[in-house]
Amino acid sequence: MKIAISSQGKEKESLIDLRFGRCTYFQIYDTDTEKLTAIENSAISSTGGAGIQAANLLLNENVDAVVTGILGPNAVQVLKASDVKFFTSGIKKISDIISDYKENKLEVKEY
Amino acid sequence: MNIVVLSGKGGTGKTLVSTNLAVYMGANYIDTDVEEPNGFIFLKSVVEETAYVEIDIPDIDKQKCVMCFKCVDFCEFNALAKTKQGVLVFDKLCHSCGGCKIVCPVDAVNYKKKNIGIIEKGKANHIKCIRGVLNIGEPIAVPIIKEILNNLDDTLNMIDASPGTSCNVVKTLEYADAAILVTEPTKFGLHDLGRAVKLVEDLNIPFGVVINRITEENNIIKDYCKENKIHILAEIKHDKNVAVLYSKGELLLEDDRYKEIFESLSNKVKENLLCK
Repeated sequence: MKIAISSQGKEKESLIDLRFGRCTYFQIYDTDTEKLTAIENSAISSTGGAGIQAANLLLNENVDAVVTGILGPNAVQVLKASDVKFFTSGIKKISDIISDYKENKLEVKEY
Repeated sequence: MNIVVLSGKGGTGKTLVSTNLAVYMGANYIDTDVEEPNGFIFLKSVVEETAYVEIDIPDIDKQKCVMCFKCVDFCEFNALAKTKQGVLVFDKLCHSCGGCKIVCPVDAVNYKKKNIGIIEKGKANHIKCIRGVLNIGEPIAVPIIKEILNNLDDTLNMIDASPGTSCNVVKTLEYADAAILVTEPTKFGLHDLGRAVKLVEDLNIPFGVVINRITEENNIIKDYCKENKIHILAEIKHDKNVAVLYSKGELLLEDDRYKEIFESLSNKVKENLLCK
């Protein structure tokens, strides 16, 4: 399973970015291989529909779950139609969010 | 002949200038500030005709769609999204460019009509008035503006543009023979005037400036116009009574004290802008 976390940086010590569509990076954690990969969020510079574009970027990476602060209604529609699960977190390091996930401590978010 | 009244900064007096000047010059009053058209309030226009404005929105035929998502990749505006269930259309982001239909290899893209607002035509003070009204919540105004401006009379049209220097203003200026830039002597007014000046200069449109709400004879707008050799067409003093009249929805022309502002402005527009 792949989990995407909206992030302010590309290190595992970076903090989560509470914005989804216009975060700087997405860090994608693969629970099978335990590998963490950072990708740039190309939607950051879009003039409109950043949430939709970011959601499509994650779907192209075959992501199954998203951890972010707030998701806009458009991004929710795209991700829901693709059966992606939603989690939310306060401002924390990416590494801590992954630990939270492993310990089942991440807050599930319903939209 | 089309005169566009624009401002850069909002709330500087576009509607004040365009309504009064239209009546004074006997021009048609055209309100293309479709997100908040308010000129009819002052003109007390009587609407005689209403037309609906519709745009084309893609409608994906799920039977034909092979989920190649070429349309999604093509769309510059993120109006189409890829999902596990197929293509998702976001109406409000669509610019009706028609590209998705062209790139679709299986002809699965059809278009359906969507109403985005209305155009009202009427009369007031012996002049013709037209305004566009964008539906609340609709983000794209250009189709309404285009529809209005493509069908103008071949006489003098006073066009009250949107604030700012966005697509709505650029589209309006495409039809301009001359422009009046209304501003106020504040830093914000000056900053946005600079953007509006750059825009009309880039588009090669003759223009002049109206300075509204002047509290001091010498001010930053005057200095700017002097430095850049820009015509000042009128200077309207800061006056509580103007605000009172405006808040009652009345034209300044109805008060003899202010009539001469528009008499002089009308002459300057004719001398400096319309003769070119």
